Amino acid sequence: MSSTAKDINKVSRRRAFSKADRTTLSAFVGVPLFFHLLLVWIPALLTILLSFTYWSGISISRIKWAGLANYKNIFFDTPAFWEALKNNIIWLGWFGLIATPIGILLAYQIDRQIRGHKFYETAYYLPVVLSLAVTGIIWNFLLRPDGFVNGLFGRDIDNAISFFGNYDINIYVILTIASWRHIGYIMLLYLAGLKSVDASLREASALDGATEWQTFKRVVFPSMKPVNIIVIVITIIESLRAFDIVYIIYGSSAGFPILGTLVFQNIAGEGASMKGAAYAVILFVLSIGPIIAYLRTTFKSDVQ
Amino acid sequence: MSIDIELQQAAVKYKNKQKVKDRFISAFIGVFAIVWIFPIAWTIWTSLRPYKDVRANGVFSIPKTLNLDNYTEAISRMDLPLYFWNTAAITIPAVFLTLFFGSLIAFVVSRYSFKWNVSLLLLFTAGNLLPAQLVFIPVFKMYITLGKAIGIPRVLYDSHWGVVLIHVAFQMGFATFVLSSYMKTVPKEISESAMVDGASVFVHYTKVMLPLLRPALASLGVLMTTWIYNDFFWALVLMSTDSKRPITSALGRLQGEFVTDYNLLAAGATIAALPTLVVFFVLRKQFVSGLTLGSTKG
Repeated sequence: MSSTAKDINKVSRRRAFSKADRTTLSAFVGVPLFFHLLLVWIPALLTILLSFTYWSGISISRIKWAGLANYKNIFFDTPAFWEALKNNIIWLGWFGLIATPIGILLAYQIDRQIRGHKFYETAYYLPVVLSLAVTGIIWNFLLRPDGFVNGLFGRDIDNAISFFGNYDINIYVILTIASWRHIGYIMLLYLAGLKSVDASLREASALDGATEWQTFKRVVFPSMKPVNIIVIVITIIESLRAFDIVYIIYGSSAGFPILGTLVFQNIAGEGASMKGAAYAVILFVLSIGPIIAYLRTTFKSDVQ
Repeated sequence: MSIDIELQQAAVKYKNKQKVKDRFISAFIGVFAIVWIFPIAWTIWTSLRPYKDVRANGVFSIPKTLNLDNYTEAISRMDLPLYFWNTAAITIPAVFLTLFFGSLIAFVVSRYSFKWNVSLLLLFTAGNLLPAQLVFIPVFKMYITLGKAIGIPRVLYDSHWGVVLIHVAFQMGFATFVLSSYMKTVPKEISESAMVDGASVFVHYTKVMLPLLRPALASLGVLMTTWIYNDFFWALVLMSTDSKRPITSALGRLQGEFVTDYNLLAAGATIAALPTLVVFFVLRKQFVSGLTLGSTKG
């Protein structure tokens, strides 16, 4: 790959670009770059700045410097923040320890072409294409007071289990719904990676008397390093950014605080602090690590 | 000779043991798979039953009638054609512009060697990974300010084009990344001969590279279509008029409005999921290859 780039490099250096070509190249790079900077990078930087201010959001001249006040308020006077952080961490733990490993093991078994593997692949992958809005509605049918699960337990509306309202269980209910989608996604990514593992390696280790588990742990898993990193990064990023499914179920109410929905607090109105911006910055800071890990994995060959 | 036979016996023994184990694993995964699709099956089942019947006899009753009445009613009472039109007005231009812009940058970065190539690619890829929440307050203000400045308040805020632009700006990072890694696999000789023949940069892009990119553009296009179709966040925060919303974010409101008649809602949700299900069954290969093109490079 890199040798291709170098050779083209030589060719293009040898010839100077004509004026028309230079214009074309500038437009090819300039127009997309303009939109990308204007609507992604510049707003991102502005949000970081705004997180240190008070602003009603109306006229730019009324922006007041707040220093660290928004952050202080979040860390010391906002219990909802710690509640949200706790929920995001539980989310991450659940995805990392339960959902992602299940996705990987499913991929491994389906890749071995066990009986019915085509049907299984389809079944697990189906929820991935549904929007979270539809997913929310589908699960609401099952879990509402007069829904399927309460009916199964023989409970009528008056003494139904409130799956979304009961604070002891609602996080696990939401995580089950989120996993319904996440497991299929991970399975799909891993299946694609497994296709590149040499089948003879596995057969050899099986004939050497290795158990299924040993084969997976010692042979398959280590040979999938790039995919493993991507899967880990996706798991972390999805856990931190969770938003849609919670919003669909709870709206902007504080029924289930997570970092992704707190951003909508205090961003409009007279005397509003830019606390929402500060939440967004916290969310960003938490996801810097995985972002860098992702970039390092995918750009390894380019940078060398 | 005897070692050979021993080995063979060991292999047969192993295979037999494995067969039994595989059956067990297969059965387990199979039961799990049925649980997996049950929520979807239940929704479709619900959508086929009249509300009155369920109300009178309960959700577990054996239905007297199954029909598509809920579907025709959902289409008219929920204004579904309008929301589908909104979705099309956002998704189609957004996907085309994303692919177009992404392919331009990918073309320059992978076919010409400037010293800022890798930095540019990094900038786009990293931009795609930023949380939407980090970006939305200033974008929201920019849209409103621009509307006031040119005297058309809803030029970007609360308009389809505003949502299109933010999708394009974000997703072109991913498109650039995927297309540039695809283009690197195109042999350099093709570009060299084009350059030797004196083709301009423009011709090199339109006549030489673009046709070769077709399979990658198709896969990426399918993936982008499902992503943008399924988006919930941007249409929610950048729009205020319900009748302009795409189907995915309209569903949230419809859920509240039709909360009691849940057979009707089931039909609405099934209709809203239909385009993505078509993608799932018809264009599955493209969807999967689009997804893996980006994630398992190299």
